[in-house]
Amino acid sequence: MGFFVRWTQIMSTMFEVIPEKCTSCMQCELACSWVQTGTFRPSRSLIRVHVFDEEASYAPYACTQCDEAWCMTACPVNAITIDARTGAKIVVERLCIGCHLCTIACPFGTIFTTPETGTAAKCNLCGGAPACVVTCPTAALVSIEQPSRGGWFEPWSDLVQRRFADAHSN
Amino acid sequence: MAGWTGKLLRVNLTTGKCASEPIPDAWLREYVGGRGLAARYLFEELDPTVDPLSPENKLIFATGPLTGTSVPSSARYMVVTKGALTNAITTSNSGGAWGPELRFAGYDLVLIEGRAPKPSYLFVYDDHAEVRDATRYWGCGVFETEDGLRRETGLPNLRIAGIGPAGENLVRFACIMNDKHRAAGRSGVGAVMGSKNLKAIAVRGTQGIPIADPESFLRAVWQLRRQMNENPSCHAFGELGTAATIDMTQAWGGLPTRNFQQGQFEHYANLNGNSIRDTRMYRNKACFGCTIACGRVTYLGDAWNKFLVNTHPRNWRVAGEGPEYENAWALGADTGVGDLDAVLKANWLCNDLGMDPISMGSTLAAAMELYEKGVLADDQVELPLRFGSGDALVRMVEATAYREGFGHELAEGAKRMGEKFGHPEVFMGVKGQEFPAYDPRGFQGMGVAYATCNRGACHLRAWTPGAETSGVFPPHTTEGKAPWVINEQNRSTAHDNTGICLFVAFAGGPIESLVPCTAAATGVPFTIEDFVKIGERTWNLERLWNLNAGLSRADDNLPKRLLEEPHTSGPSKGVVVRLEPMLNDYYASRGWSSDEGRPSPEKLAELGLANL
Repeated sequence: MGFFVRWTQIMSTMFEVIPEKCTSCMQCELACSWVQTGTFRPSRSLIRVHVFDEEASYAPYACTQCDEAWCMTACPVNAITIDARTGAKIVVERLCIGCHLCTIACPFGTIFTTPETGTAAKCNLCGGAPACVVTCPTAALVSIEQPSRGGWFEPWSDLVQRRFADAHSN
Repeated sequence: MAGWTGKLLRVNLTTGKCASEPIPDAWLREYVGGRGLAARYLFEELDPTVDPLSPENKLIFATGPLTGTSVPSSARYMVVTKGALTNAITTSNSGGAWGPELRFAGYDLVLIEGRAPKPSYLFVYDDHAEVRDATRYWGCGVFETEDGLRRETGLPNLRIAGIGPAGENLVRFACIMNDKHRAAGRSGVGAVMGSKNLKAIAVRGTQGIPIADPESFLRAVWQLRRQMNENPSCHAFGELGTAATIDMTQAWGGLPTRNFQQGQFEHYANLNGNSIRDTRMYRNKACFGCTIACGRVTYLGDAWNKFLVNTHPRNWRVAGEGPEYENAWALGADTGVGDLDAVLKANWLCNDLGMDPISMGSTLAAAMELYEKGVLADDQVELPLRFGSGDALVRMVEATAYREGFGHELAEGAKRMGEKFGHPEVFMGVKGQEFPAYDPRGFQGMGVAYATCNRGACHLRAWTPGAETSGVFPPHTTEGKAPWVINEQNRSTAHDNTGICLFVAFAGGPIESLVPCTAAATGVPFTIEDFVKIGERTWNLERLWNLNAGLSRADDNLPKRLLEEPHTSGPSKGVVVRLEPMLNDYYASRGWSSDEGRPSPEKLAELGLANL
C-alpha cells in the first residue's frame, strides 16, 4: 500500500509515501523546517507526521500537488502558481495577501499560514529534490518515476498561468 | 545564542510562580548542557542532605544543545534530582519527543522547586508557563493522563512527561514517563515528582533552534549518518531491538537469573530479540530524530485475556512498547519467568503505572528468594511468590504501584525490604539501586562500573561487556579495567551532556562525531579533549555532591553474593568479582583519596572546580 503525491506533469516524477516504513522519527519535519526557516522548528514544517498511538500507525503527509488544485483556484490574487521545473504548486509570497482562503479550500489541510508574515506556505517540492525524501532514514518517502496522467488539466493550467502573468505584470 | 536556548524555566510550585532566567554563559561552556549543567545547578542550589521527598528537594529536567536538532537520535533529556531510592544524585535519561519539544518551547532546563498545595500540572506553551489544577488526573495512569491533557488543552501535539499512580504513591522506584512509553526510569525520580504534587509537565513549543554554523553542522550530521548507516550494529538494533543483547549475556554466563543465583537462564530464548520480533512485535518505533528506531511496538495477540488485573480488566487493543533488554531481563530472567506474554503485560503495566521495571523485577526477585527460603510466609504475601510465576509477577506489579498488601513492602525497593525482613543480603545493587542486567561475575569490568557509578548501579555510564567480549580484554580479569571504565565514564558523560542517545555511540558514532556537531551548533570550538574534560568535570562534580550528601567509599561496594558466591555452572563458573584491586586502581587513576574517594585538591583545580 502507499499513496501517491503528484509531483509534476513535466518531469512525471512523484514522491511516494510508504506509511508502513515510517517510524515516526520526525527527521522529515526537521529537514522541512530547516529548509523553510533555517532553524530546527517542526511547527513550521510543511510535511507532518500523523501519529496514531492506539493503532501504531504513523503517516507522513504533505501537499499532494493536486492536478485540480483548489488552493490555486481559491486564491483571489493568483498568488499560487505552478513551478515550471517540477509542476509543484507554489505560493508567491510577494503577492499573497494573507486572506487564508487557500487554507480553507484545501481538502487535505496541507497548506498553512505562517503567523509571522501572515502569508500562506505549502510544499514546493524543494525545487525538485525534496529535503524530506533525502533525509528519511527508512525510505518511507521515496522519489519515483511515474507516467504522466494526461493533459485534461493543461488548458486550465494555461488559464491560471495567464492570470498569474497578468497579476504579476500589474 | 545558537545551539543553546540559554534559558531556564524556574517553577516554584509552592507559590505557583513560573519565571524564565538566563543560564550563565560560563556554565554552558564548562558543562555543554544536560546532565552536567543540571548537576551544576543542583550543586549550587540544593543542600545535599535534604530528604529527597521533602519540598526542599529540587527536580531538574535538562536537555543538551543537540536535543531537537537533526543529529540522529537527538531525543534525550535528563532528570537530575536527589533520588528517592538512592539518596544520591540521579541522572535518569529518557527519549521520546518531550525533550525536543521543551527546546522548541525555548528552554534548555526546567527547574522545579517547592510543593504544590494540590495536585497540579505544569503547562508550557512557548513563553507562557503556568501551574494548573490536575485534581481530575490524580490517580490516573500515564496513558489516560496524556490523552486527557491533550483533550483538555485541545493541542494534539502536546508532549507530556508525567507520573502514574506509582509516583503519586511515592513508590521508591517510580519513573517519570513521557510520550506514554518512554521513561526517565531509575532512582525514583517519579516519587520526587509525586512528592511535589506535580502530575505532569505538558509542553508545546513552536519556536526554532538556530544553528551557529549551518554548513559545518549539516556536514557533521551527514558524516555521522553515513557512519551509522554503514555500521552493522545500527541495523541490528533496528531489527532486533535491545533485547537481542540477551543472547550475548546468556552466552557469556552474565545473564543474572533468579536474583543473581545463576548466570544463565534456561528460557532465555523466549525473551530475546528474535522471539519478540517473531511473536509479538507489530512494528518499529523511533524516538524523535532517531534513525535507529530500536523501539518495539508490541501486541498481546491471542494472549489478550491472560494475566488480567484489577486496574486493567481489559487489555489494550494495540499494544504498548517494549520490552527492552533490561525489562525482559528484570521481569523475565531475574524473576525466573520465561513467558513472554507475562513479561509483556508486566512491562506495559509498569509503563502505565509509572514504575521502573528493572527495580520492580529485582525487588520482586529478592522477595521471591525470601519466599522460597521460607522467610516470607504464605499469610504475609497475597499469592505464592515462586520464581517463574507469571501470575505473581503481573499482580505484584499492580500491587506495588498502589501499595496494596505485600506491594507496600515491594514499593520500598529491595534494600529497604530486605532489611525489614532481616535479610539485607537479598538486595542486589549499589547505593540502594538494583543492578541492571549484566552479572559482574560474567563481566568483571561491570563490577567496578556498578560500584563507582554516581547514581547507583547503572549499566549506561561504562558498558564493559562490549569490550570484554570482543577481545579488548578478557571478561574475567581485572587488569586495566578501572582506567578503561574511567575513560568510558568520562566519555559517556560528555555524550549525555549533548542530549544525544548513547546508542549513537554503540552504533558506530562515538563522541568524536558529536564534537563537530556540538561545535557547529553552538559556535564554540569544542575539541575532543574538551569533551573528555567536560565529562570528567561533570563526574567529579556529581561525586562531590554525593560526598556532601554523606556517601563514601563504603557505598561503592557490591553485595556479598557477587564477591563471595561464584556460579556453579556455565561459562562464568567459579568466578567472583575481585572488586578491591579494581576499586583501588580506580580511585588512584581518578586522583581521588583512597579512604573515602574524595577528589584531590589538585584534581579539582585541574578541572576548574577548586572553589566548590
